[in-house]
Amino acid sequence: MRFAVLVFPGTWSDGDCQYALRDILGHEADLIWHRESSLDGYDAVIFPGGFSYGDYLRCGALARFAPIMAAVQRHASRGRPIFGSCNGFQILCEAGLLPGVLMRNDSLQFRCEPQYVRVERADTGFSSDCREGQALMLPISHGEGNYHANDETLAMLQDEGRVVFRYCDAEGVVSGASNPNGSRDNIAGVLNAEGNVLGMMPHPERASEALLGGEDGLSIWRSIIDRWG
Amino acid sequence: MSSRTDDVTSVASDEVLAQIALSRDEYELAKERLGREPTHVELGMIGALWSEHCGYKHSRPLFRHFPTEGPQILTELGSENAGAVDIGEGWVVVMKVESHNHPSAIEPYEGAATGVGGIVRDIFAMGARPIALLDSLRFGPLDDPDNRRLFSGVVSGIGGYGNCLGIPNIGGETVFGRGYGGNPLVNAMCVGIAPAGTLVSATTAAADNLLMVVGADTGKDGLHGATFASVELDEASAERRPAVQVGNPFLEKLLMEACVELVQEHSDWIVGLQDLGAAGLTSAAIESAVRGGTGVRIDTDAIPRREAGLTPYDVMLSESQERMLALVKPGHEDDVRALFERWELTTALVGVSTDDGLAHIVGDGADVAAIDVGLLTEPPTYEGEAWQDEAAAALAQFDPASLPDVADAGAALLQLLGSPNIADKSWVTRQYDQQVLTNTVVVPGSDAGVVRIKGTNRAIALCTDGDGRAVQLNPRAGAARTVAEAARNVACTGARPLAVTDCLNFGNPERPQIYYQLSQAVLGIADACRAFETPVVSGNVSLYNETPDGPVTPTPVIGMLGLLEDVAKVVPMGFQAEGDVALLVGAGLAQSAGSLGGSEYLAVAHETEAGPVEVDLTAEAALVDFLVAAADDGLLRSAHDVSGGGLAVAIAECAMANGIGLDATSAELGSRVDASLFGESGNRTVVSVEPGKLAAVEALAASKGLPLVELGHAGGNRIRLGAGLDLPIDQMAAAYREALPSIMA
Repeated sequence: MRFAVLVFPGTWSDGDCQYALRDILGHEADLIWHRESSLDGYDAVIFPGGFSYGDYLRCGALARFAPIMAAVQRHASRGRPIFGSCNGFQILCEAGLLPGVLMRNDSLQFRCEPQYVRVERADTGFSSDCREGQALMLPISHGEGNYHANDETLAMLQDEGRVVFRYCDAEGVVSGASNPNGSRDNIAGVLNAEGNVLGMMPHPERASEALLGGEDGLSIWRSIIDRWG
Repeated sequence: MSSRTDDVTSVASDEVLAQIALSRDEYELAKERLGREPTHVELGMIGALWSEHCGYKHSRPLFRHFPTEGPQILTELGSENAGAVDIGEGWVVVMKVESHNHPSAIEPYEGAATGVGGIVRDIFAMGARPIALLDSLRFGPLDDPDNRRLFSGVVSGIGGYGNCLGIPNIGGETVFGRGYGGNPLVNAMCVGIAPAGTLVSATTAAADNLLMVVGADTGKDGLHGATFASVELDEASAERRPAVQVGNPFLEKLLMEACVELVQEHSDWIVGLQDLGAAGLTSAAIESAVRGGTGVRIDTDAIPRREAGLTPYDVMLSESQERMLALVKPGHEDDVRALFERWELTTALVGVSTDDGLAHIVGDGADVAAIDVGLLTEPPTYEGEAWQDEAAAALAQFDPASLPDVADAGAALLQLLGSPNIADKSWVTRQYDQQVLTNTVVVPGSDAGVVRIKGTNRAIALCTDGDGRAVQLNPRAGAARTVAEAARNVACTGARPLAVTDCLNFGNPERPQIYYQLSQAVLGIADACRAFETPVVSGNVSLYNETPDGPVTPTPVIGMLGLLEDVAKVVPMGFQAEGDVALLVGAGLAQSAGSLGGSEYLAVAHETEAGPVEVDLTAEAALVDFLVAAADDGLLRSAHDVSGGGLAVAIAECAMANGIGLDATSAELGSRVDASLFGESGNRTVVSVEPGKLAAVEALAASKGLPLVELGHAGGNRIRLGAGLDLPIDQMAAAYREALPSIMA
């Protein structure tokens, strides 16, 4: 399978995503600079973490104007898969490919720590390798991961089964105590209506090797590969 | 030379000399060497480069004591921006620690942030890719809201800058003490890697090479920053806020990517690369010229500016952040410009290296300086008078045996676990990205952080350590003990200590009591680095750490690099499995009261910071050898250094790591229970082994001449130690984990 890993000025998980997909899983993964205009030949697009353009304005707000984004919109409209984590999730929301926004963590502090997320749907293209209700350990690392959407949007996401991951504890229990950033309804990751764009704050590429403390992230990559590879 | 008349009249008023922290004698010396009055710009350049921060006037004569050579060492101490160490399999590590104490005292967020920015530039200036950050922080006690403000701001600043750069923070330490009130210590360490043979020097190399300034535009920020770092803090220091720079980590990220690409892929375009740090363009250009044996000619009008009205003086001394000096071969200026433009960075051709040995500066259409580069980089050096402070000497004579033994060991342990110096530091480390670059094998919270080197089986272990209280009591032994602790920390992961970088944080060296501390501490570091065969490869000196309340607690900070040849053999800190045998290796279980000297226990339980501080480097080296060999033989399930809080805290940390307790009820604690449980005299490590490997571990310890005591078996949800200590893990963990969050809430 061929992955395009997008690189904006200030992106820093690009190499990590490439390493997980290429060196660990054995697929093709190319770094694509934001000034490029084509994604032809790529099966899937990855929006990695980082601080695109420094995130001095709203996180992800400038990246949506990058030259590559026209090709990203075409890729999305063809039903091809797009996965964003961390800053990638923020960009996908700013670009209108996913609903909601990511606000500053309610602690008002950056948070980097191991975090469990509960798999709410195991029948999506991004979670089919998981079990419903499974608690995945996926590290978080963000200052602005507080997911917010209005009541109507939240109800719609819930009704349409588009909340794929929720912050939980090691046993899979979703509660205020297991919410690291104040996200509404403990939402950690959401899907678009068509089921081909998913964004989440945690970092699966950091949980793709036992040596580094866990392999739960592999389930997400493998789901994408199973569905679209 | 032609010069504007206002440059040669009344240039050296007392006020001007005070502003650049140059003494009248030093001014006269410069004038004599120059053979005339310096111009305004020349005087500014002399002041900056002769400052303690750049010129190491009081510390350079001491550096000759350091061991600096070894088969693994690739650079000469002080010759480059950072030290380089060969770690095998075709890779080298570049590392350095640096202070940003005074800026952080005035403006904690930006002071700390730009401290990170500066040390990262030192690493990529050599062409290495930064892969790890560490810090070493000290503040006054947290019951003072101003210290909480400084602590919170500094941690945010380090995180804010490092997180944006995408470099993991993999270790460090945070310490609180009265001796740091109003003058926090903010030391940051950066470690980079590069393929062997690819590092670049900061040199002009020869005449006729081009000087190109890359990155941020130049403003007035940070003017006289090097000078500011070289004077004591006083009530007026807050007004020096303009001397504190403002960081732009996004720009630095682009600069880092561009510079690594330039060196690693286009080294034939350049002869050198240098960062603009303290003393800005002056320091960058002059130091490169001295290394290259050339002069330089610089046109300050060619520098891109962020504000109007900058004089040539401002341009030469600005410390605007996120700027680099590329030393480019003629004919490649367009290649270099295009590379940086692709990273959305501007370049400016500002000068050329020359064969006349002069720093020739022109600006506003006039010659403003023409001064020998050697004169600028050869400040006078001082070997000060030194004698020990009588009060400190008296404190070291204090005998802890005069205090009653501990009555309730469990209560004392809980009190220690909840004291800010020992308590869990997750409140700090969770604000730092610890895992970006996906190399972090051991995250902060253990003895040392461990990062693997992709494409090899190798990993490096890194830590920072300081022990101001011990150095205050006995500068030489305390500093040696600091190095020993760092070596033990690295060795606990299984890594062999390879090299040291140091940051010497002291008060005003012109005072004999301070010069005594400084010179003795340097000897102590040198003693220990010889014992561990870990040469000093780089470092930084931060003197004049004084407030109206007095000097800072003398605190040499050691950054230690260790090498694990097989990352699969990394040893964790905590107990791993029920039934494993826990052992105390090194100095035995029973300790005399003297081992409480300078301990956290005395400070917390008896409000006493006194007592003897000693170190046995032969025994320390044997312990490090044992730990490395045992890890290499796959004998250890866990290893944890006994340091702050002593054996009891070490065992509590081993137990809390994975919720596996210890039954050591039969351990014989000796006649002073407090000393055995809480003494910090060093040279002790708690390890756990599978029962079947006990005999092999005992044989190895015996071969190193190391005593080894069987403590008991891992398991259960409590720790039981001797007759007097029995606590559930939950209760310890609550005290340990809730302390800092509740103080900072």
